[in-house]
Amino acid sequence: MNLVINGQTYQVAKDPPRVLLWVLRDELGLTGTKFGCGAGYCGACTVHLDGVAVRSCQVPVSRVAGRAVTTIEGLARGEELHPVQRAFLEAQTPQCGWCMSGQMMTATALIAANPRPSEEEIIAAMDGNYCRCGAYARIRRAVARAAALARAATEAV
Amino acid sequence: MGATVKRKEDPRLIRGAGAYVADLKLPGMLHLALVRSPYAHARIRGIDASAAQALPGVVTMVTGRDMLPLCDPLPLASSGEGSEGGEVYTGRVRHVLAVERARHAGEAVAAVVAASYPVAVDAAQTIEVDYEPLPVVSDPLQALAPGAPPIFEGLNDNLDHRRRRQKGDVEAAFAAAHVVVRQRMLNQRLAGFPLEGRAVLAAPDPTTGGVTLYSSTQTPHQVRSEVATVLRLNENQVRVIAPDVGGGFGVKIGSYPEEHLCAALALQLNAPVRWVENRLEHMLATTHGRAQICDIEAAAAADGTITALRMRIVADLGAYPLAPVLPDLTTAMGVGVYAIPNVDLEAVSVYTNTTPVAAYRGAGRPEAAYYIERAMDLVAAELGLDPAAVRRRNFIPPDAFPYKTPTGLTYDSGEYDRALSKALERAGYAELRREQAHRRAHADPATPLLGIGIACYVEMCGFGPYESARVKVEPGGAVTVSTGISPHGQGTGTTFAQIVADQLGVDFDQIVVRHGDTATTPMGIGTMGSRSLAVGGGALMGALARVRDKAIRIAAVMLDVGPEEIELCERCYRVRSAPHRALSLAQIAARAYSRKLPADIDCGLEATEYFRPPDLIYPFGAHVAVVEVDPETGEVRLRDYIAVDDCGPRISPLIVAGQIHGGLAQGIAQALLEEVVYDANGQLLSGSLMDYAVPRADFFPPFTLDQTETPTPLNPLGVKGVGEAATIGSTPAVANAVIDALAHLGVRHLDLPLRPEKVWRAMRGRR
Repeated sequence: MNLVINGQTYQVAKDPPRVLLWVLRDELGLTGTKFGCGAGYCGACTVHLDGVAVRSCQVPVSRVAGRAVTTIEGLARGEELHPVQRAFLEAQTPQCGWCMSGQMMTATALIAANPRPSEEEIIAAMDGNYCRCGAYARIRRAVARAAALARAATEAV
Repeated sequence: MGATVKRKEDPRLIRGAGAYVADLKLPGMLHLALVRSPYAHARIRGIDASAAQALPGVVTMVTGRDMLPLCDPLPLASSGEGSEGGEVYTGRVRHVLAVERARHAGEAVAAVVAASYPVAVDAAQTIEVDYEPLPVVSDPLQALAPGAPPIFEGLNDNLDHRRRRQKGDVEAAFAAAHVVVRQRMLNQRLAGFPLEGRAVLAAPDPTTGGVTLYSSTQTPHQVRSEVATVLRLNENQVRVIAPDVGGGFGVKIGSYPEEHLCAALALQLNAPVRWVENRLEHMLATTHGRAQICDIEAAAAADGTITALRMRIVADLGAYPLAPVLPDLTTAMGVGVYAIPNVDLEAVSVYTNTTPVAAYRGAGRPEAAYYIERAMDLVAAELGLDPAAVRRRNFIPPDAFPYKTPTGLTYDSGEYDRALSKALERAGYAELRREQAHRRAHADPATPLLGIGIACYVEMCGFGPYESARVKVEPGGAVTVSTGISPHGQGTGTTFAQIVADQLGVDFDQIVVRHGDTATTPMGIGTMGSRSLAVGGGALMGALARVRDKAIRIAAVMLDVGPEEIELCERCYRVRSAPHRALSLAQIAARAYSRKLPADIDCGLEATEYFRPPDLIYPFGAHVAVVEVDPETGEVRLRDYIAVDDCGPRISPLIVAGQIHGGLAQGIAQALLEEVVYDANGQLLSGSLMDYAVPRADFFPPFTLDQTETPTPLNPLGVKGVGEAATIGSTPAVANAVIDALAHLGVRHLDLPLRPEKVWRAMRGRR
């Protein structure tokens, strides 16, 4: 079966049944997506499926065939960081870094769907992504900043 | 130093390019899964693994007995018994896999190694263990009761040890007291819950006949020593690498059974073996924190002066004594920031059939701050005084430092009223009290109840016995630092690079800081107890001073002046009287490794330094929490939070602020959300994120951070430590705020966590 991940096509076995997270990490070597709880609560494994943020630990790989998957590795265009990555970097958001891929994937999906999120909308969107280092204040600030950077980039085009 | 810089760690982390243990893959790597006891206490009568062995892909299956020839028992902390003449055997022994008895739910009893992780897990599920359930003690008070079933054979009871600290005439002070307050306070059990659980990858090392062990640990050198001991290897046959580590918070200190198990099996199978913890395993088999019960009594004069303090703490160590010293840190810190002349403080440490309790952010000190800060509020309430006034009445005054506490410590420095005054001013304390009085006077049943909570904390940091640093100027002028500390999110590589840039006159970008690899770093203790900068930074400053002195000597030769003529400017070493005559560190380094170096100067430009802190150091601060309690639901909303922390000079202000944010998040969560719960059978009831309430993005208001700066005289940077400070201050501040909100209803104490149901019941019971 063919998977399209970050614009690249990969061939993976259809059986045995398994979830997207482990295919990404163990079979394709895309280890930027993290395992946090395995139960869909913590958000560490968030990726995009056709542009929508999903928990890859809960998505059977069979459901992904033929659809567009984006992982943290696909966010930057070469050396050019995505506005969300630039904003997270600027705000010195990471501490241990483990939750960051999931945080940024959720933030990217939010901004794509809602270019001008309010503070409440940011909190609501980011609420499913745990950060045990407690960097929530910077995450909120980074997401707001990322939206501004993304708008500026769009307007510049 | 003191500048805002970009963290060196972040560019890889925001690309998802960090390399954590579970991201590593070695050729021929095998996967380990564990069979864990479903019983809190059981005798293991037999294990049948025939079905597992037959599954395709299964390489081997081992039990505790199988491991006995390969692994000595695991190190346990001494509880002090036999300290005069070596260890006294008490029957307390812990193996990599339980041999005859499992002593807590989740203790590993067998392991499967297979070609893939799913096969290993499936095989582990087919293993049948014949358990004989034994009587369970999951409650520490019951564990101490006469006739409680002992957890260790050969012991009469479940007491690990008791330690009492006494000073002054406590009886007389209580007899003469104007008021006495008494309260039992629980400091509930917590889980560390780093989002990266533990993970181990062991590979045989043919060069030494030993192993290379990748581990998600805070203490690679300690793991190396312990694995060497258990596997009967020399330390130089074990290399421990802590690559990127996804948080620790204390629960990744020291070795765990899985590290020894993977190492032993990698050697036996001559193949890499990896184990990655799942979340339920984390809750069951990674150490917990806190878990104390304290009966506290304070004697006070009419003006609020505390004249005597009694505490009796029962500390739950869980099933094995891994960190039995922590309850004794609590009593050591028992008087907090207050001059209390008469004390009688005792900690009784006991075993229960639960997951072992060890360090979690603060480790013994948050408990002390919680008890004494709640007691200050109880005294204030009893006497009808303002809680800030009672604190001021009792502060150790600034001219009393260094201050000898009645518990035997020496506080190095402190200015407690300055921190409190600043926090109260930032909070608008007087205005808040007016608002509170107004709301109470115009009681509208729908208006939230306003509570204001204060906590003044002092904590103990800078634990030794030493830390190390090696500074090497490479021939091309770049600088490599190797340190024994092992950061896992603290950004210490960045902070160290700032110090190096400042002290050697080299570009920040030319500096690489190496850590977390026992083969490339000098001996170290690791990252814990907020010690990285206070102790590791001391070693770094020592090594930098030696390298700088040597660079100056070489520069003096090159410029043909005396060394006293050379001064270090921002990016060069120059002649004081002729500043145009200057050399870069790169030019000096090239000479240091060249034939032109004078014969009386040793070749090279590097130094290794160990720093032995002369004593512990005591950061402090004052926090104010403002809460609103929903009268209908009991829900607590944190409206505002002001943290004034004094950690000495701040080398990386953004990193310090990040540590305070994280500390607040965890400390506030202890006050309002988190609790590990066992039932009477020792079954864990809070094993997932659905049951264990880790705070989320919606939970916190923006924090107001401020500081005072009182440098410690005890290390070269004057820094004190900040990793745990905010955790320690915030739990009592929030607890005091919630109880303050309910005070007019007659509520004087509630145990943590203050979740809506508990608060609602308290309100409902009182009106």
